[in-house]
Amino acid sequence: MPDAPGLELIRQEIERDLPGSVGATSYEHGCAAMIVDPEQILAVLGWLKEAPGQRYSFLASLHVADYLPAEPRFGVHYELLNFDRRERLRVKAMLADPGEDGLPEIDSVTAMFPTADAQERESYDFFGVVFRGHPNLTRILLPDDYVGWPQRRDFPIGGEPVTFTYNEHNRG
Amino acid sequence: MEIEKRDPLLAKQVTARDMLRGDLDGEDLERYVEERVVTTTFEKMLNLARANSIFPLTFGLACCAIEAPISIVTARYDLARFGAEALRASPRQADLIILSGRVSIKMAPVVRRLYDQMLEPKWAISMGACSSSGGMFANYAVVQGADKFMPIDMHIPGCPPRPEAVMYGFSKLQRKIMGSPDQGWRARYNAAGTEEWARGGPRSEPSAEAAAAYEEARELALA
Repeated sequence: MPDAPGLELIRQEIERDLPGSVGATSYEHGCAAMIVDPEQILAVLGWLKEAPGQRYSFLASLHVADYLPAEPRFGVHYELLNFDRRERLRVKAMLADPGEDGLPEIDSVTAMFPTADAQERESYDFFGVVFRGHPNLTRILLPDDYVGWPQRRDFPIGGEPVTFTYNEHNRG
Repeated sequence: MEIEKRDPLLAKQVTARDMLRGDLDGEDLERYVEERVVTTTFEKMLNLARANSIFPLTFGLACCAIEAPISIVTARYDLARFGAEALRASPRQADLIILSGRVSIKMAPVVRRLYDQMLEPKWAISMGACSSSGGMFANYAVVQGADKFMPIDMHIPGCPPRPEAVMYGFSKLQRKIMGSPDQGWRARYNAAGTEEWARGGPRSEPSAEAAAAYEEARELALA
């Protein structure tokens, strides 16, 4: 893990090469995280992967979280790992919800990290985040004809109410 | 009577030979027949054979699969005692499908197709809370009860049911097969005569003769 000063150093170096790309940093529970501009996600991840002294060359996980009611609502998380120093870095790109107009969009990183292929499909499957440039962005776990994005917080949880004797008695 | 005193292991052979020789006649022969011959109807005999030679499908959906198709055929529980130890890997050879676990909405059409591929007579056991009612998975991804899309002959409660419970349910199913094999409610699920034909792809139509022969065999089987 880069510690808090190390995270600030990384931020300064990125800002020198890619001005305006990093919005904020946080260091909580021993975990370094950067919130970056979603439009520059490819440049930032490419820089972290290639820049000498960084070499965060392994994408350990890609996932999406729904921060409703916060705005911007969706966070695309990239967990990067440097094998040599065993350092992890979390990169977040926050996406606003376009509402009825469409789906939030971000560039796909499959060209840089082939492992992102299935994980981006899963994120699209459950959250409806569109990854621009993905080779085959279709549903991966749910049926192809499924309607809706079930892991969003405003999605109905589904199922059927079960009438237990206990509930019946309480309802009168 | 002299026959009764003989070695019981040899009794059957010896008495049959004695009968051929005509040693028994009159009262003795009457009593012999009454004691050793059971008469029944053909249907009852057929159902008895069916109930005691079930071929379950090798098929598991979730954690219940550890209990049902796996544990109950091991030496400890040994479903072979009830004549169902031969698990079949193809639905076309099986006549019992045990839904062992939650059925997701993506898996439901696959399960239904497996059921449709099984040939008559066939039965289905819904095992555990999940496949019977959705169980704890009251959510967007799991079918709330497998009897929403296919006919279920027996529900076994539990989460998961112990192998003993599965065997109890299985013996209940055997009793059902021997008593009333078809209760006529399968048609409600459009599950009668929906078997797919292997020849020429899954949706090809059989020839008229094959269909007629099949219908005849099926009517006999369900009569």
